[in-house]
Amino acid sequence: MQKAVEATMNPNPPNAFRPGDHAIQSGIQLKGVCKSYGDEWERQDVIVELTAEITPGELTVIVGPSGCGKSTLVNLIAGFEKPDRGEILLNGKPVTGPGRDRMVVFQETALIPWQTTYQNIVFGPNLRGDLKGAALHDEAVRLLRKVGLGEFMHKYPLQLSGGMQRRAELARALINQPELMIMDEPFRGLDAMSRGLMQEFFLKLFEENRRTNLFVTSEIDEAIFLADRLILLANRPSHVRAVIDVKLPRPRHYAMLSSPEAYAYKREAMAILHEEAMKSFKATATSQDFIDAFSRRTD
Amino acid sequence: MADIAHVENRIMPERVKRSRMSKVLGNAEFWRGLLALVVFVLLWEVGARWKEFFGYSLPYVGLLPPPSDVAVAWTKVLPKWGYWESWYQSFKRVLSGFIAAMIIGIPFGLMLAVNRYFRDIFFPPFEVLRPIPPLAWVPASLIFWPTNEMSIAFVTFLGAFFTIVINVLGGARSIDVRYLRAAQSMGATQWDLFWKIILPGTLPSIFTGAAVGMGITWEVVLAAEMISGGGTQGSGGLGFFIWNSYMGGSLPQIVVGMISIGIAGYISSSLIRMIGTHFMPWRRMF
Ligand SMILES: Nc1ncnc2c1ncn2[C@@H]1O[C@H](COP(=O)(O)OP(=O)(O)OP(=O)(O)O)[C@@H](O)[C@H]1O
Ligand SMILES: [Mg+2]
Repeated sequence: MQKAVEATMNPNPPNAFRPGDHAIQSGIQLKGVCKSYGDEWERQDVIVELTAEITPGELTVIVGPSGCGKSTLVNLIAGFEKPDRGEILLNGKPVTGPGRDRMVVFQETALIPWQTTYQNIVFGPNLRGDLKGAALHDEAVRLLRKVGLGEFMHKYPLQLSGGMQRRAELARALINQPELMIMDEPFRGLDAMSRGLMQEFFLKLFEENRRTNLFVTSEIDEAIFLADRLILLANRPSHVRAVIDVKLPRPRHYAMLSSPEAYAYKREAMAILHEEAMKSFKATATSQDFIDAFSRRTD
Repeated sequence: MADIAHVENRIMPERVKRSRMSKVLGNAEFWRGLLALVVFVLLWEVGARWKEFFGYSLPYVGLLPPPSDVAVAWTKVLPKWGYWESWYQSFKRVLSGFIAAMIIGIPFGLMLAVNRYFRDIFFPPFEVLRPIPPLAWVPASLIFWPTNEMSIAFVTFLGAFFTIVINVLGGARSIDVRYLRAAQSMGATQWDLFWKIILPGTLPSIFTGAAVGMGITWEVVLAAEMISGGGTQGSGGLGFFIWNSYMGGSLPQIVVGMISIGIAGYISSSLIRMIGTHFMPWRRMF
């Protein structure tokens, strides 16, 4: 049984159509990016002077507290919104709008509700006409099986559980073979069990074709488990607080998370994030009591 | 590594396929509804015949013709050509106004939704005209249009048009931007976005607008038929049928006309619901 399961889980069986083969590896450079919302009277700076790099073929993980501007950053890189100042370069060329070279897996599910799971998967290739007929069908079914939705492909998204929707979305992103995959907290809201499985599955895919990946999360364990490079964002307004290169060997296994190296990374990251959290609490005078109580407890 | 599939893919129990009829008959809801109707008719009958039983009549209810009298009046008009002609005339007016409103209203609403310049130009006059009740248009349209028939059709059209447009516009504008963005990053052109995201995403609102618009259309047609008091028994439609019964002093026949309209309205909205479920399979499970 386990053997059979392993076989179906192998993302690239020998003779299958292999999307990753000729993928171009894209890199992103962010230079002094600023973004704020609101009008002149009530301007709220969300991102200020953010400079970072997403290296081709690497899995870059962005970590930051909730509300710090991670999704905003995703929208900027994807080209759905424009930065107020600064530059975003994709392979050296400025990003001017959305493009099929960058696929986003949104924080909330964005499966199209009036298309079945299968129709959602084949939607992109059909639009562009780059994969057709039987080849497209086979590839779609293969991907759906791979994410464990083989029996559910003719259901509508609302008929799937939250976790199944996330997997369907992953499959939809994969079939479009983006040069850069952007995932905004894709596993948020999954139970610990499915989350762990999804992480391993996703990591396996990544380690096989090394497609440049930007992964956003607020979970530090997830971040360290997946990342080649960890970008820690500071809160309000957000900019890069620290960059940690995670040098755990690949392929990775969940057990590695309890290794001393992983633990060292985690401590380093936690110390920084904790500092940030304290800073944002201090920013509001009314929370002084809370901070006092908190510092006494940690002393 | 375990298969992800095994975490959540429970095999759903195979649904037993049953015929539509047996589904309805085995449904407690259906029987409760039927019982309620029967009780209602019985109460009405007793209330209306109170005088015969107890010597004095109930206020208000006592003035109504009992349902048995209505049934008798109905059997009298059923074989008459004029009665069915009334049905036909009213339906024809409702449908022509309604279909015209759909044909013009849907593209108009979509244009308002997707094109800013179009919206800037056409939305203000639209919003000024919208609050005018359709019946306020009757005198003006009687003067404007050469025939009675055309003025009724026009007023009917207006009744549905504004509702449909405002629903289509609202529906199209409230489509989640994530669907548009997802499609865009998969390589959708403007054309694709319109046909594959905006239009299907607006369908539910189109059908809501159609259902509400259909209701208004019936109201308007009936009122217009009464006001214009069109011609002979048959060509007057169900509105004139009621008016005529009132003039002739036949109370049961008035009620026959009213119930006929209820049934006609029910048929129309069922049709819209049926078409809706056909075109929106993803909403079927609710
Ligand atoms: N379209 C918008 N208009 C106004 N403010 C916005 C908009 N989008 C985001 N913001 C603000 O920007 C800040 C960052 O939001 P964002 O969604 O990027 O956070 P996040 O880091 O993704 O949070 P989470 O982890 O909870 O998803 C928030 O304070 C939010 O109120
Ligand atoms: Mg977010």
